[in-house]
Formats: sequence, structure tokens, C-alpha cells
Amino acid sequence: MSALAARRTSHPLRRKQIATAYLLLAPFIVVFSAMLIVPLVYSGFLSTFATTLIGGTKFTGLANYARAFTDAEFLSGLGRMGLFLIIQVPLMLGLSLFIALALDSGRVRGSSAVRLMTFVPYAVPGVVSTMMWGYLYGNDFGLIGQILRALHLPAPNLLSSQNILGSMMNIVTWQYVGYNMIIMFAALRTIPVELFEAAEIDGASQLRIAWSIKIPAIRNAIMLTVIFSIIGTFQLFNEPSLLRPLNPAAISSSYTPNFYAYNLAFINQDINYAAAIAFVLGLFIALVSYVVQLSTRSRDGDGR
Amino acid sequence: MPNIDTKEVAAFMKAYPNIKVKVENVGQGAAHYQKLRTALKAGEGGPDVAQMEFQYIPSYVVTKSLVDLTPYGAASLQPLFVDWCWKQVVMANGIYAIPQDSGPLGNVYRKDILDSAGITTPPVTWDDYYTAAKAVRTKTKSYISDFASGQGGMFVALLWQAGAKPFTWDGGEKVGINLSSPEATKVMQYWQKLIQEDLVSTDADFNDAWYQGLANGKYAGWITAAWGPVFLQGTAAKTTGLWRASKAPQWSSTANAAGNWGGSTSALIKGTKNPIAAYELAKYINSNAATALQFANEQFFFPVTKSTIADPKWSTQTSEFFGGQKVNELFGGIADTVDPNFQWVPFMEYVYSSAQDTMTPAITNKGDLVVAMKAWETALKTYATQQGFTLA
Repeated sequence: MSALAARRTSHPLRRKQIATAYLLLAPFIVVFSAMLIVPLVYSGFLSTFATTLIGGTKFTGLANYARAFTDAEFLSGLGRMGLFLIIQVPLMLGLSLFIALALDSGRVRGSSAVRLMTFVPYAVPGVVSTMMWGYLYGNDFGLIGQILRALHLPAPNLLSSQNILGSMMNIVTWQYVGYNMIIMFAALRTIPVELFEAAEIDGASQLRIAWSIKIPAIRNAIMLTVIFSIIGTFQLFNEPSLLRPLNPAAISSSYTPNFYAYNLAFINQDINYAAAIAFVLGLFIALVSYVVQLSTRSRDGDGR
Repeated sequence: MPNIDTKEVAAFMKAYPNIKVKVENVGQGAAHYQKLRTALKAGEGGPDVAQMEFQYIPSYVVTKSLVDLTPYGAASLQPLFVDWCWKQVVMANGIYAIPQDSGPLGNVYRKDILDSAGITTPPVTWDDYYTAAKAVRTKTKSYISDFASGQGGMFVALLWQAGAKPFTWDGGEKVGINLSSPEATKVMQYWQKLIQEDLVSTDADFNDAWYQGLANGKYAGWITAAWGPVFLQGTAAKTTGLWRASKAPQWSSTANAAGNWGGSTSALIKGTKNPIAAYELAKYINSNAATALQFANEQFFFPVTKSTIADPKWSTQTSEFFGGQKVNELFGGIADTVDPNFQWVPFMEYVYSSAQDTMTPAITNKGDLVVAMKAWETALKTYATQQGFTLA
């Protein structure tokens, strides 16, 4: 369309404006291509080859992709993240929404302090927070276990194979509740007051107002947090990578798809297959995000 | 390596004033190798000389990432080095590194805890060790040691001591993988018994909880390499004087064999623009009598040159941490008993990672280690075939 528009407008001033627009866009385009487009194309290129320690590099077309779709380790990693998504994301976003609504209702004392405190974990780098939780979870000397033992309660091994996924959910929730809350809270502040003042006068309870007015009004913001969470979940990396040394029996080298791709590239020396895994993962995330968006849109009816 | 640039490298620059050396410390273990691999893949930004552990040399030789040192006269250095250490750098018709330190396997233990369990002399055989483990478990709050669930380096060292030859490589396309030999099976059945009877713990090592376990007496000992004693002094400083060291327990009362865990070398990285200067550096810091002694006494590298091991300035040192014991002398003796014909496969990164996917869950869940060894072997053979190797 822009090409057409450019051809139609031969007016010198208009042309100058377009040139300026591209000039202003140039820094973005350069960085975007160098940091995203070029690496993406390059890894797509890599993914169509196979390199072995003996024999060198051969073009194999889509063989790496065929392998990915039948790779039990990759698929079980995807499945694990699916489970993570179904349990953790609703819990976390529910909590975020609850806090956002509570703060917005104006009935919480020291609401800006609460807002800050909920948001602070997001400011802690992911690596640091995972390591911190790793210490807290520690079986013999971790704080949680020590407190439970001091109270003569049984201390579960929070790093065991059975509990580790839940422990990871806890870390992610702790870290992102505030972030999602801020997005929802900001959206809540933009709702015109008249909308729910009328309801209040009519005697609607706060719960009713939240359910029938506020939540529908910030649907788009909630959808945004859902999509962010889906993407974040399938890309989980810090947690398996940093918790594995604490209990390698509970976290395999293919525990999450991203961790698997990383190990394939750096441990197995199989960069080509790792690139294919990364691509399949990317497509999968795009697909899931699209389906989620689509399913909520059709319920909307008006296609907004 | 703290301060290597200010000491050994400074000595080198003094002796070779026209060569300037810049030392870059990029972390330890996996981080170090990943950075090196990335630089090699990129084809630039790599170092001239890199520190490289024995077990990874073949993995870098197979990718043609190391410079053969034969043309620079490396063969003439052989007489200076302990036989088995030198053998670790010779493969694929070349000499690919200069040895720097090694890690013969011994046993360090808390004398006070073993005493209170009624064990007054260190176990001589693995059978004695089993008996001692029972006594420690019943009479104290400790485990005799921790069989670290994810430590492939230790599994291999124990196999090495038992005379198993799990890996071979001919320098080309042929690799041998055998984790189900009678020796290997014997080792794993033994540890399985100790694990299942709850006589050893199975915590993962080199993490915070494990350091605390060493410092607080959860573990009354550690089957470890020659670098272990110094490592302990830093980790469990408050237990100074309570520790002693001995040979690792033997498979029979007449045997005298040791395995090796760790140990490193200086290797020249392909693409170096100054191979001669780089070679001189690798040679000087590791074989010059003064710097080799400095490595041993100040960086606490376990020496690999015959002259350093024989040097009373090193061997007669006593350690306060070990109650005045001459730990250097002890490990110097152990170093003589390491089986010299131990080889690796040229993909050890995968070997250790795969051990954590196969052996580690079995160890943690007190399962069948012989079955797990078979699974490990199968994974390695599958990988080797995938990578184009033929199995010997």
C-alpha cells in the first residue's frame, strides 16, 4: 500500500515527508533486522542441515523437523509446559486480577505501598530470584524446611521429582504477579467512573461491579497478560537451568523445550537440530496464542 | 585460577619480555567450555591458549580445534611429566596439550566422627568401607560420605580405579563404549548396596546445601581427587584439624590402585596467530621448575611434573587443616598408582549430561544402578552412531 501511495504522491513536500519517515524508522529497522530477522533466517537455514562430529555437514531438508515431531523428549517437555500453563497461568492471573481490583476499589490502605511491594519481584532479575528460591527450597538447610521442622511439621522435599514443577510455578507466580497486576490496574484506571457510579447508585455490590463492569471493560488487557503468560511459559529456561544442579534427578536435560534446545546446541553439539526445535517451539507458541485469541474473539461476536 | 596472571604468567613475561599475555577468566566448568565452543564456532575471538581438562581434550581434538604441538618440539617435554598425565595429552598421532595438574583419587574423612563410630584406622578395602559406613550410620548422625547423584566425573573415577575401561577412541572414527564390563558392574553393585541400605547420602554436589553438609558433618568424608583437600579447607574452614586423608579404599587387600578425577592442561586453540609464543607460554608455566612449584604451592594445583612431586619444598608440607598430616606426600604416592591407560570418548560433555538423565534418577530413587548403567551405555552408543562414529 505504501508503495502505491508513494507512486501517487509526486508532490515534493510529500516525498520529503516520506523520506523523513523512513529516516526516523531507520535505526529501528537496522536493529530489528540485525537482531531478529537475520538471526531468524540464519537459524532457519541451519535447521535444514545436519552436522555430525564425523562426516561433517550435510543438507537434510526437513529431516530435523520430522525428527522433532517424533522426539519423545521434546514432546514430553511441551506436554509439561502445557500442564504448567493450565495450572499456573490461571492461578497467577487470578491473583493479579484480585489484587488489581482490590487496589482499584480504593478500599485498601496504603495501596501504593502494596502496589510497589507486589511489583518488586519483577524488578529482581530472573536468575537471582530463581537462585534465591533454590536456597529457600533446599532440603537440609533451606529456610522453608527449617521453619517446618521447628514447628515439628513434616518438611516436604520441594526439589523432588514430584514437587519440582510446583516449586517452579511458585517462582514464576511470585515473579510475575505484580507485573500482570500493573497491566490490569492501569487498564482499570482508564474505565470512565460514570460507568460504575451508576451501578453503585443502583445498589450493586463491589463484587457485582467488578464482575459485570470492570472485568469486561479490561478484557483486552487481560488477554494481553494471557498471551504474555503463554509465551513466557513455553520459554521457561532459568528455572530448569539453575535448579538442575540442586537435584539433577528431578530435572532432565529436556525438562522444558527451551532448556532442551540449549542442551542440544551446547552439550550435544547438535546446533542444527537445536535450531529446528527452536523453530517448532516458536510456531507452536504462535499457534497456541492465536487459538486462544480466536476463541475469545468468537465469543465476543463483534470481532473486536 | 586466582592470580594466575600476577604470578606464573608474570614470571613468563619476565623471562620472555617480548611476549605480552592477557589472561581472561571466563568462569569454570561448563561456562568455560561453552564460551570456548562459541568462540570456535564464530571462528574468531578465541584465546591462543586455553585451560582444558584431560577428559575434554579428545572432544576438541575431534572437532580439530586444538593445535598439534609436535612440530614445536613438545615430544621433548615428555620425560619431565608423570607418565600417565603425559599419556592423557597424546592421541590421534599428535600431542595436543601440556599437562598442568591432575586429580588422583583419595579419601578424606572427619577423624572425630569416625573415631566416635569406633573406626580408628581408615578403611583399607571397599569391604572395610562398607563396615565403617554401617558403624558411622548407627553410632553417629552422619553418613560416611555422599555418593553425589549427578557427578559423572566421580562415577568415571571409580570405574578407573576398578580397572574398567569404559571408553576408547582410536583418534578417528572408532569409539568403544563399555559400561557393562564385570569391573563396572562390580563398582555399581557395590554403591547400590550402600545407597539402598541408606549408608551413604545421594545429594547432588557442588551446591550450597552440599557445602553445608561438608561443613556441618552431614558427610563424614568424601571420596575425592587430590584437589579436594584444598577445596575443603575453603568450604569447611571451621572444622580445621578434624580432617585426615588416606588412600581410596581398594578392591582387595593387596591391591594398590587409584583413579583420577579432573586435572587440566594448557592447550593451543586453532586459529591462534602466535602459535610459537603460545606454545612457549604453555610450556613455560607448566614445565619450568619454578612456576610448576609455584602452581603447586600457591595455586594448589596437584603437580604433574616428576620434579615437583619429588621436591621436598612441596611434598614435606604439613597441613593444619588435616591435623598436621603431610597430605601432599600422601597424594604424591597415590598419583603413582593411577592406571596410565585410561581413555575418553571425544564427546564427554554429552557423556556427563547423559549420566544425569540415566544414572542420577536411579541413584536418587535407590534403584538398580546396573540397569541404569546399561541405559547410560545405550544412550552413549546411540549418540555415537548418530554422530557418525563406528562402535569398536
